[in-house]
Formats: sequence, structure tokens, C-alpha cells
Amino acid sequence: MSRKDKPARNATPQGTTDEDRVDLSRDDSRAVRQRSVRLLGALLRPVRVRFAITVALVVLSQAAKVAGPLLIAFGIDTALPALTATPDSDPLPLILTGGGYVVAALLASWLTAAYLTATARLSQAMLLDLRLQVFRHTQRLSMEFHESYTSGRIISRQTSDLEALRELLDSGISSLASGLVFMALTAVSIFSLDWITGLLVMATAIPMFLLSRWYQKHSQSAYRSSRVVSARLIVHFVETMTGIRAVKAFRREDANAARYDELAEDYRRVTVRSINLNGVFQPGLVLIGNVAVAVVLLAGGFRVLHSALEVGALLALLLATKRFFQPVSQMAMFYNSFQSAQAALEKVSGLLEEVPTVRPPRHPVALPQASGDIRFTDAEFRYGTGPVVLPRLNLHIPAGQTVAVVGATGAGKSTLAKLMSRFYDVTEGSLTLDGVELRELSTADLRRAIVMVTQEAFLFSGSVADNIALGNPAATREQIEAAARDVGADDFIRALPDGYDTDVNKRGGRVSAGQRQLISFARAFLANPAVLILDEATSSLDIPSERMVQSGLQRLLGAQGAVSGRTALIIAHRLSTVAMADRVLVVHEGKIVEDGSPAELISDGGRFAKLHGAWQDSLV
Amino acid sequence: MAHKNTTTLFQTLSRLAPQLHPIRWPLFWGFLSALAASGVALAVPQIYRILVNTALVPGNGTGALWVGAGVVLLLGVLEAGLISLRRQFVIVPVTTVETRMRTSFYAHVQRLAVEFHDRWGSGQLLSRAMSDLNFMRRWMAFGAIMLVVTALTVVIGVGLMFSMSWELGLIFLAAAAPIAIFGFRFRRSYGRASRKSQDQAGDLATTVEESVHGIRVLKAFGRGREALDSFEEQAQELQATEIHKAKSLAVFSLVVTLLPELALGAGLVVGILLVSNGRLDVGALVAFFATAAVVAGPVEAMGPLLAMTFAAKTALDRHFEVIDSTNTITDPEHPVQLDTVRGELEFRDVHFRFPDSPEGTTDLLNGVDLTLQAGETMALVGITGSGKSALLNLVPRLYDVSSGTISLDGVDIRQLSLNDLRRHVSVAFEDTTLFSHSVRENVLLGAAEQGESSPELNEAALERALEVAQAGFAHTLADGVETLIGEEGLSLSGGQRQRIALARAIAARPALLVLDDPLSALDVNTEERVMDRLREELAGTTTLIVAHRPSTVSMADRVALLQDGRITAVGTHAELLAGNEHYRYVLASLTEEPRDLDSDAELSGEPSDELGATPLTHKDQGAGA
Repeated sequence: MSRKDKPARNATPQGTTDEDRVDLSRDDSRAVRQRSVRLLGALLRPVRVRFAITVALVVLSQAAKVAGPLLIAFGIDTALPALTATPDSDPLPLILTGGGYVVAALLASWLTAAYLTATARLSQAMLLDLRLQVFRHTQRLSMEFHESYTSGRIISRQTSDLEALRELLDSGISSLASGLVFMALTAVSIFSLDWITGLLVMATAIPMFLLSRWYQKHSQSAYRSSRVVSARLIVHFVETMTGIRAVKAFRREDANAARYDELAEDYRRVTVRSINLNGVFQPGLVLIGNVAVAVVLLAGGFRVLHSALEVGALLALLLATKRFFQPVSQMAMFYNSFQSAQAALEKVSGLLEEVPTVRPPRHPVALPQASGDIRFTDAEFRYGTGPVVLPRLNLHIPAGQTVAVVGATGAGKSTLAKLMSRFYDVTEGSLTLDGVELRELSTADLRRAIVMVTQEAFLFSGSVADNIALGNPAATREQIEAAARDVGADDFIRALPDGYDTDVNKRGGRVSAGQRQLISFARAFLANPAVLILDEATSSLDIPSERMVQSGLQRLLGAQGAVSGRTALIIAHRLSTVAMADRVLVVHEGKIVEDGSPAELISDGGRFAKLHGAWQDSLV
Repeated sequence: MAHKNTTTLFQTLSRLAPQLHPIRWPLFWGFLSALAASGVALAVPQIYRILVNTALVPGNGTGALWVGAGVVLLLGVLEAGLISLRRQFVIVPVTTVETRMRTSFYAHVQRLAVEFHDRWGSGQLLSRAMSDLNFMRRWMAFGAIMLVVTALTVVIGVGLMFSMSWELGLIFLAAAAPIAIFGFRFRRSYGRASRKSQDQAGDLATTVEESVHGIRVLKAFGRGREALDSFEEQAQELQATEIHKAKSLAVFSLVVTLLPELALGAGLVVGILLVSNGRLDVGALVAFFATAAVVAGPVEAMGPLLAMTFAAKTALDRHFEVIDSTNTITDPEHPVQLDTVRGELEFRDVHFRFPDSPEGTTDLLNGVDLTLQAGETMALVGITGSGKSALLNLVPRLYDVSSGTISLDGVDIRQLSLNDLRRHVSVAFEDTTLFSHSVRENVLLGAAEQGESSPELNEAALERALEVAQAGFAHTLADGVETLIGEEGLSLSGGQRQRIALARAIAARPALLVLDDPLSALDVNTEERVMDRLREELAGTTTLIVAHRPSTVSMADRVALLQDGRITAVGTHAELLAGNEHYRYVLASLTEEPRDLDSDAELSGEPSDELGATPLTHKDQGAGA
């Protein structure tokens, strides 16, 4: 892991950097912890009323449960003598007792059911909130982030980390609330009986606090490593399953299994470590309670021997002390899941803390109808703090022009496309559409105006029609089919088992790479943008398909040179695509070295002319 | 995914038995510890009783008190010790079982055919490998043991209650019958809901995975909003299921708490009447209710514990569902060993259809006959969707033929062990998958296990492969060939990825190289250089290459045309160009000028008499474009 090796003495961990580190310094540890608690607080705030209701239900159900024993005592002490009173036997207290008991039972069980449901509602509302936050945020994060942060990690944040929070919410709240109420009530009754015993019981708070501190310190790092290791396990799993063909073709099964065994064993070890810590913590709390009972027995017993205390009172005190400690192990469980959830939220909050480098503007400039005029002015680009990839670029693409970009692999053609589609922002200078800075356009306006089709044509689960509709969710079926016809995809789609309703399966298992490219072309046609960027978008197409796409493209882009048409930036390494361009840019090491119409460049005898010659030779 | 839920709890659990067999003693001791801890807790009140009756009389000596307190302390320590002992006995064995199940799950899924992976999203598999098994572990370590302990406590408690008064005991027991019936209904409704929620959680994971893998598309079209909406919808469905599940548990908990309490209410009235009639003494009545109070806790705990058990059953069902999927592509029982592989590949009447293709459709590959001579380079040409990739996938047995045979050096590839076959055959896919390793590890992926993995040889193989694939750029990366690439590392451009993947296929030094349009993202010059180098390096390697471009095709010795699921023509590029209309349709270039180039080539390149002399075997079928 490269993330691990960074110096430990840097500033407080920000976002997801260093998220694999387990042994944080004191300050760092506090910082991530606070971040995680803040997130929990932020999740609780919108549901605080529901939270209060849930706690109230828990408290009431505890109260209803307490009523049972009281009624039994009433029955034996009052109703029984009243019934057996020889002259005038009175059954009323008995009826009251029986009736009261039934009412208490009904209340207690109804309240239990109510708080179980309320807890689920509460925890599910918070989970949904967090799920959506994480999803929304990952969608918002820039490509820069996604290119370095594995999908497996995001999946791990969304699954196993959220699972930890869920455990806390499902079991934690009720056990904490009922435990606290129970202990408070019991403590009051102990004090009312005998203050010495009360003080003794209170004194146990000291060892309990120390034990909790110890547990907190150790479990924190244990749960942190558990999060890190489980993320690693998930990343490996996802990578294997998404690349299963390559795994099989290169016989990686054994090596993979060995690696997974190792990771699973690591995971087991950290799991055992955290469970064992809890295995000291929880019996430790029980032990403290039991010792307290013995001390209370001794302290009370002496006073009984000296007639300073009634035997009955001592018995009551002993039972109450024992009862006082009963919820402690439940609360230990709460604390345990709290620790686990906190470690998970540390990671989730780190992800949420990542700031998108490409942000939508605060005050967007409206551009409802773009004409497609693109202008780079003194634009520069570098990845993060890396070297300049695109040095000082001045380029004007008038609306309606079709521009082909050619150059060797890695010359910087894709950078141009990424900037124009605002996957990245220019580091220096400006890039405008119709005179408006790209970064001042709202996402909706920007994406309506500029659409990019990449070489990697990803299909989502769902039908072919759904996938095309991604270009324009409001499109009718006729429009979807028309778009498919325009790119020549209609024939093969109709030949699929369910036509447009065919499920494309996992990553388009059943459609070939070329067919996927056709579908993603249809998407772009349906989106019908003012500026279309094609980044090697025809690479997997055979020549007949490419021909179809091209004639469709020509229609879409408007007649060559016409002002009313659409602007297009086409990155291609095939002559056929370039031939339809009004203008060709030759890029070399991030600079535009040739710029002109295809005919001009060929006659100039520069790089393009050579390339053109090579193409011509390659055609047969 | 099949939502079969026909197994009973017992059936599912009995399937777990073989896993639990080796750890049955630790589990038993863990159970005994838990039971003993409950017993010790129950014993303490007996000490009080003795103390109150004997020692705690004003004026008595302190000796008995010290002893009594000492015993209470001892029992207290014992209880804590037993609780911790239960964990000590159980945790390591149970986590070991969990880990074993997890790793065997992974190993199994990894070996299942590609066809299985086409159907199953990786999120769905992941949720089975992680959450389901985690849950099962918690159930084994805690839920199962506590369920037995709790049930035993209730039984013993009810027995005690009977011993005090059979009438009252009967009333209490009467409440048990409806609970059993409700328990049965609860099992069904809760089981169904928990199955649904676990499946939905798995699907949600798949959606997350897709939203991340497809992030470029979502961003390019600005569809983050729509993706979020559909995710929200899915997450809300899961939320609804979870709440439904909780309601089901709440109703059951209501019944489980209410009925015994109602019975106790009735018992209280009847008890008091019995006492007033003199058929029961007050002491027994008090003891009865004291016991009932002890039993109430465990009875209440039964609801959640049963729910946990049913959810664990669901988790196990989901686990075994995958484990039960049989691998359709396996090693033969008696594999044939090929000592030296010449690399002659023959397709004979090969049919292929995806297993879930609907009835009545024609096979995707409908009788392919094709022979590749050892050392020959054959290009495979056909329109998009004609089945070229499918045909290629059959060679390393990523899919199996539906009928017909593919043989390597005259041996049916199904008679070779998969490992041998895939060692002889190396593939570069159109979708390049690079793993999160260094460039070196990625390139040497298939070469590592060749037996002669000395560092020098590997180094040479790496250099050669990078050179042939024109992937020298790897040396200019930050850490050279040690640079981490793939998902966890540096992201490369499409062309760079393709060249690394090609280098990987070459480095494996296969007898048979299968390339699926491996150069589509390269520019013409690079492609030409790669082609030239490939031709030199792979002189003795049989190569089957899918091609879309004339430039790729022209380096092949022969070209096969795939049309309507069959090979309709085989010949050299020039032959087919001259004599096959469909071939011209598939491969002829787009612009106007090349037509001249075509004729140029025909005039200057191939003498026309040779064209006429070459028999075009499938000429008749080749015309119908």
C-alpha cells in the first residue's frame, strides 16, 4: 500500500489521504474521532424528534414493566387479606389487581413493539440519509479523485462501514436508554434505603470509568484496523470479480486464492482482537458489579450484626445493587458497537470530507441555448501539483465547426477533451463556451450543451432502451429508437432476444465492445448537445458500423461548414473520421503543432501529411 | 437470481454441521460455560437465604459474615470468569470457521464459469462473502448458544413453577401454545423479509459498484441526479423491507411478552383465590412469582434471538446458493498431457449459444469450421456482433462450445486440464483488465508460473514483451516498471492499457495467442510498429486475431470471414478482397480515395493469375452481404 508509507508527522489527516493508517498520533486520532462524531450528530439532527419519541417509548416500556412486580406485591399484601377477611370478604382489590396487571401487561408489550418499530424507523432513516449522502458525494467528486480512489473502497464504505452504523442504531439506542433509566431509578431507590450503600455503588464508577478508558483506547485502534483490513478484503474481492475473464485466462486463481486467504486471515485476526477486547471489557464490568455486591453485603452485614440495619433492608439493598449492574453488560455491548461504528464513520466522514476539485459554481451564469463557440485563452493544465501537461494554449473553435485532433498516443489529445467536458478545470487561463467560463455554468446547462463519448462504453444494468435514455431521460421510445437508427444500432438491437427491452446484464456481458460503442453513440445522439466530444469513440467499431455512425454523425453535426450545425471535437486515429472534419489539430507533447483544413495540412507536408500517408498505406 | 426459500431451518442448519464438526467441543464447552454462568448467578440468592437464616442475627460473630461475603465474592468472580471463558472457548474456533467458509466461497466463485459471473453482480456476491458470513459468525458465537441457554432457562424455570403449583404452572404453560403458533408464522414472515432485505442490500451494492465504474458516463452526460434518484428509490425499497422486518419482529415480541404476562395476571388472581381457599401457602405463591420474574427475561429475549436465528438461516441459504452453483467448465477426469505444443487449432462444427438465450433463436455460432496451421497468423473478420469475441472466448474455455469440438494439436481442448490449456493459450481482450499491481507484475502475470521463474529470465521476458508491444512508456513512469497501475494505482490511457495487456499476453510465451482487437486504441504508426514486431517475435506462435482494420488484417497469413455464425470464406486478404462481396463490405474503407488505392494494390501487389488459381472454399456463401 502506497498510502501507508507517507510520513506520520504531517498535518491532521484530511479526507481519504492516509485512511489506511491505524496508529494515529494523539491529535490526529482525536481529529478523526471528532469528525466521526460530528457526522453522527449531523445524521441525528434531522431525526431528533423521532429520536426523542423512541427514547420516550423505551423509558415508558421500562416503567410499564416495573408496574408488574408492584401489582404482585399489592395483590399479596392487600388483595389477599381483603379477600380472606372473615366477616366481610372484599373481592374488589383482587379484581383491581388482576385488571391492573392485564393493563400493565398490555401497555408493556405494546410499548415494546412500538419502540422496536420506532428504533427501526429511526435507524433506517439515518442510514438512508447517510447512504444518499455518500452516493451523492461520490458522484460529485471529480474524476481526479475517482482515478485514484478504488471503486472497491467506495463499495466498502457503502456496505460494510454502513453495516457497522446500522448495528449501533438497531441495538444501541434502546439498550442505552433503557439501561440508563433503569440504573437511575435503581440508584434512587438504593439511596432512599441507605446512603452508605448508595455511595458504595457510586464508587464503582471509578473502576468502571478506568476500564472503559482502557477499552476505548484499545478498541479504537482495533476497530480502525478492522475497517482498513475489511476494505482491503473488499477491494480484492471486487477486483477479482470484475476482472474474472483475465483472472481465468491468466490462471490467477491460485495466486488470488492465496492472497485472499491471507487477507481473510488478517481480517479474522483483527476481528478476534476486537472481540477479545470486548471479552475483557464486558466480564470486567460484570466483575466490578459482583465485587460491589460482596462489599455491600459485608458493609451492610456488619451493621446488621450491630443492629444498625434491618435484615430485610439489607436483602433489599443486595437485590437492588445486583439489579443496578444488570444493564451494564448491555451497555457494554452498546459501547462496543459504538466504537465499531465510530471507526466506520471515521472512514465515511473522510470520504465525505473530500472536496471536489471541479465544483459547480455558486452563482451560475445561465446559458439555456448554447451555440457551441469554444475558446481556450492562455489555458494551462497540470494534474494536481504535477508537471504541466498542457502548456499555454490559445484555441478558438467557432460554433458549428468539426475539429479533428490527431497525434501520437499520450500526446495530450484526451486532456483537451477532458478539459472541454469539464472533467478537469484548467489550472491557468480560461476556457469559455459562448463567452461564458465553463466553471460558471450550472451542471445542468453545461451537460446539456457539452457531451463526451469515450472509448470505454459503460453499460448499466437495465434494458438497452434504459441505457440509451441516459442521454435524455425525458425521451420517448420513438426518440430512443430514432437515435439508435441514426447510429445504425437499430438492427442489432432488434435482433436481441427482447429488442430494446433486453437486459444488457453485467457490464454488457452479452453485447460486444463494438455494440456497446454503438449504444453509447445513440446516447450521445439522443442527448443532442451543442458541442459533441468524441474521444476514440469509434475504436472498436468495424468499418460498416463506423460508416453508419459517420453518416449519422454528419447529419447530427449539420452540413459541413454550416453555421447552424453543432460543434464537434473528434479525437481519432483513423483517417476516415478525420476526413469529415473542417479543421485538423495536430497535437504533440501538449502543444498544437499544426492547425488547418485537412487539405491544407496535406499540402503543407508536415506531420499530418505523413500520418495521412501512413493511413492511406494502411487501408488495404 | 433465484429466490428459492424452500429449505427448512433444520435443513439449512444441518448443512452447516460439517463445518461445525471440528469445533463441536469448543462450542460445547462454550455452551456449558454460558449455562454455568447463569447457574452461578442463580446460586447467589441461595447464599443470602442461608446468611439471613443463620449468620445475620444481631450480636452474632463476624466470622460467618466474612465467609458468606467471601463466597459471594468468589461466585461473582466465577460468573465473570465463566462469561469470559465462553468467549475464549468459542471466538477463535468460530472465526476460523467463518474465515474458512469465506475463503472457500471466494475460491469457489473464482472457479465458477464466466457464464455465472455474467448473471451475478459482484455487489451481490460481495454481500454474501462479507455481511452474510459476518452475521453467521455472530449468530454461532452468540445467538445460537444464547438461544439454547435461554430455552433451557425457560424450561427449568417452568419446571420449578410446576413444582410449586401445577394449576399456576398450567396457566403459564397455556400461554406457550399460541406463542408456538405465532413463532411458526413469524418464522415465515420474518424469514421472507430478511431474505428480501439481504438480496436488496446485495443489489444496492451492485448499483454502487456500477455507479462508480460508470462514473465517466454519468459525468459526461450529467446524469448524477438521475443515478441518485434511482439509487434513492432502491435504497428506499430496502428501507421499507427493513421496517417491515422490524414490524414483524415487533409483533412477535408483543406476543411473546404479552401472553406470559397475561398468564401471570390470571395466575395472580387464581393464586390469590387458591391461597384464600387454603390450597396454596403464601410462601409458595411468592416463590412462584419470583421464579416467573426470572423466567420473564429469557422469554423476552427469545424474540430477538429467534429473529437472529432466522436471519442467520437466510444468510446461510444465500451462502449455499452460490456454493451449490455447479461449475460448468471443469477439468477432465483424466487430462491429456501435451508435451510439446505445435499450436495447430481446429474448430469442427462448433456451435455456441449463451446458456440463457431464448428458445427458437439460432445459435450465435452455427457450425464453425476452421483450421489454423501451427505457427500461422489468422485474422478473424466479421461485422459487429457476428460472434467473433464469442469464438475467441471458446479457445481458452471461458465458455464451452454448445456442440462440436475445438482441438489443439488434434486433442479436444476439453480433454486438457484448464491450467494446461490456459498456459498454452494466451489472450488479450478488447476490454483490458489490469490488476492493482506494478507494471511488472501485470505483464508477468501469465509468465510467473512457467517453472523457470528466475529473476533474470523474467526480466528478459518483461523487456521483450514491453518492447514488442511498444509499451516502452512504462519505463518513463514515475517508478518505472514498478509503478503501481490498475484501480489502486496510476490510471493509464486506453492505448497504454491495451499495450500493457498485449505485453502480458506475449510475456506468457504461449503456443497459441488469441487477440481480440488488441490495437483498436493505438494510432496507425504505433500499430504498425507493434504489428511488425509481433510478426518477427511470434513467427512460431499460432495467432488468432480479431481485426476491424485492413492494416491489422494485412499482417495475417490468412483471413477468415465470420458471417451468420459460420466461417464463409478463408483466404489471404487480397483473395478475399477480390472475390468476396461481404468481405469487401466489412473491410472496405470509408473514404472515396481508397477505392483507387484498392485498385492500386490489386494491380501492383497480387498478380491476377494467382488470384484465379486460389480456390475460395466458401465462395458461394460469401456473397450475401
